[in-house]
Amino acid sequence: MIKVENLSKKFDGKLAVDQISFEVGVGETMVLLGTSGCGKTTTLRMINRLIEPDGGSVYIDQENVGGQQPELLRRRIGYVLQNHGLFPHYTVLENMSVVPKLLEWDKEKIRNRSMELLDKLKLDSTLGKQYPSALSGGQQQRVGLARALMADPPILLMDEPFGALDNITRADIRREFTELDELAKKTIILVTHDIQEAFEMGDKICLMDKGKVMQYGTPEELLFKPQSAFVASFLKEHKLLLELKFLKMGGHTAWELLEQLELGKLKEILFTLEG
Amino acid sequence: MEESQSLGQFMVQQSGKLFSQTLTHISLTLLSMVFAIAIAVPLGIWIARRRRFSGPVLGFAGILQTIPSIALLGIMIPFLGIGPKPAILALFLYALLPVIRNTYTGITGVDPVVVDAAKGMGMSNWQILIKVELPLAFPVLMAGIRTATVINVGVATLAAYIAAGGLGEFIFGGIALNNSNMILAGAIPAALLAVMLDFLLSRVQQLSLKRVRMVYLILPFLFVLLCSFYFLPSKIGGRMLAGFTPEFMGRQDGYIGLKEVYKLKIETVVISDAVKYKAAYEGKLDVIDGYSTDGRLKAFDLVTLKDDQHIFPPYYAAPVVRQAVLKKYPELEMVLNKLSGLLNDEEMTRLNYDVDKLKQSPEKVASDFLSAHHLLQPALPGGKGIIRIGSKVFGEQYILAQMYKMLIRGYSHLDVETKTGLGGTQICFDALKNDQIDLYPEYTGTGLLVILHPSPSVLNGIPKDKDAVFNYVKKEFNHQFNLTWLKPIGFNNSYALMMRRKQAANLNIKSITDLVHHLNEN
Repeated sequence: MIKVENLSKKFDGKLAVDQISFEVGVGETMVLLGTSGCGKTTTLRMINRLIEPDGGSVYIDQENVGGQQPELLRRRIGYVLQNHGLFPHYTVLENMSVVPKLLEWDKEKIRNRSMELLDKLKLDSTLGKQYPSALSGGQQQRVGLARALMADPPILLMDEPFGALDNITRADIRREFTELDELAKKTIILVTHDIQEAFEMGDKICLMDKGKVMQYGTPEELLFKPQSAFVASFLKEHKLLLELKFLKMGGHTAWELLEQLELGKLKEILFTLEG
Repeated sequence: MEESQSLGQFMVQQSGKLFSQTLTHISLTLLSMVFAIAIAVPLGIWIARRRRFSGPVLGFAGILQTIPSIALLGIMIPFLGIGPKPAILALFLYALLPVIRNTYTGITGVDPVVVDAAKGMGMSNWQILIKVELPLAFPVLMAGIRTATVINVGVATLAAYIAAGGLGEFIFGGIALNNSNMILAGAIPAALLAVMLDFLLSRVQQLSLKRVRMVYLILPFLFVLLCSFYFLPSKIGGRMLAGFTPEFMGRQDGYIGLKEVYKLKIETVVISDAVKYKAAYEGKLDVIDGYSTDGRLKAFDLVTLKDDQHIFPPYYAAPVVRQAVLKKYPELEMVLNKLSGLLNDEEMTRLNYDVDKLKQSPEKVASDFLSAHHLLQPALPGGKGIIRIGSKVFGEQYILAQMYKMLIRGYSHLDVETKTGLGGTQICFDALKNDQIDLYPEYTGTGLLVILHPSPSVLNGIPKDKDAVFNYVKKEFNHQFNLTWLKPIGFNNSYALMMRRKQAANLNIKSITDLVHHLNEN
């Protein structure tokens, strides 16, 4: 679906992104993980051409995006930003109508689709007439997602979508998002610096540092088969928690069992671990 | 009579004029604002896109802002003549800076995340500008427009100096004539206008962000609609046009007298003394008022019309001095009287010509004259006290002030401080009365009609000859203000009507009566 080949970008002569390559299949969620300044956001923004690469190419459905008109390209790709980026002078409904209007949908279709998404994202339909400033942080982020989903784009780019939320709201909204059927079939590239978030949401994780890919693979691969000392040390602090979440026994993860206080089974797992 | 008239009565009596002046004022302000917005907003957007040009553009607009308004109006005259065109251009230039700067600040102040979101959703640059940046920058942009509008309501009063009309006609006429009703009749509507326009624009500024998009369409139409009120004084169909100073317009020995005594009916515009000669020379005006010894008369090849019915009283110049100063320094009177009888009309006109046309400094002209008459002495050591000499804003007064300065320094141990360029008769007189200056050269006719303005019955009782008028003002000034008129200098700088020499010869106009006949026949 999305193929990135030897993508590079320099800022003031310094390489921000250095020869990055990866592929994301249809319906997969790929997480670009790394500390700030590692080049993950730059990589994301080169996919919808908000930044023009200095080298390499991006293909969507085997088509090079470099040859397409940027505006038309972006209308087919959902884009969710940290701090939501809602237009403060537009109501919730007007914010959601931006892309459909650019695509020249008729009013009826826009209305129906808006109502559908408000409902799916558990937003009260009366909020539709409110301005973003009247909404809570969580609500704003949901509207930001709803706006990106309006035209039902096959691809969604998300730049730290939960970054501006407090920890509790963030966990709640994240869970809601992962359960959302609208998102299940989409190809998603998500940028985050939050290791837990990456492991919870990603089908694949691309760990970056200083513009380079350190390891690209499934969460399990990163966790259990780190390719370098950097990867291992990057995950170290969260290792126990993540392992609990990814070790499975009888259809349950260790974390779920712990949560349900099924301590007997937990012992069994830990016992097998030691053995 | 005039004093007892209330402001309300004055405004009712002059309501027609007041109304048309107010409309002209609104039109000047709004028309210049429409042009300014049309240029400054796109320019502000452009420098917000290309930041490296923001410094030079804002700097240049800032320099325009620092040019004094009256100087800016003066600069325009050679290019655009007189009337509303240069006035609107000057106002336009003044409005540029606030509007450019606020457009720039507004656009650069839009949250970059919002712009990024707009771009990421696939909006084109134009769509981002129209749908996101301009609506969000709107309150700041409007604040700039408000500032510029209020400034321009004020500056537009100066348009009266270059025959563009507006409320400045009353204000400057009132100042020149010491008529506070007239000043207020211009100043109050101008202030109200500024407050009202500011209020209206503040309402526009506060419109909900959603309706802003509509306002963008309505606003220009509203402006243009208001501008259609505009009508201006101009030369229509070959008829003659007169340009008179605000002072002359309101004086008994000026336009009022011309209307009453000569039954003069001519289209008039109000214009400042500084530009009227040039305007007449260039054919923008046909008849102007002026002073018979003015050097510019010679410089611009104009002729005076004979005052055959004697409405202009004699205007012999003499120093007016505070009595207290004469008492304190008795030698001063003798020193000042050294100039008495030395300067006749021709001599004075020649000196004025040297300053106005040949651009010699008043100091040089004064010292050359004194040395030719063997009156120039090297300065004596000072320290005894300071004499403050005032003058009005024209060459002749500067020359006389310099001559007095040189005489005092040369023949007494007094020091001299000159305060030249005091706006008009009233300002000089008030400065003298309030002990801010010690003396200035005044004209007998002006003292009689502007300062003393006696009732018509008293006025008719004074013969219009040199000595009678001089004795009357000397007596009254002494009695009323403790001010002394010393001996007249010699020349008579009378008010006069003037025309281009060629036009006057072609039409065979030699006197004001000839002019009235000519106007009535055509």
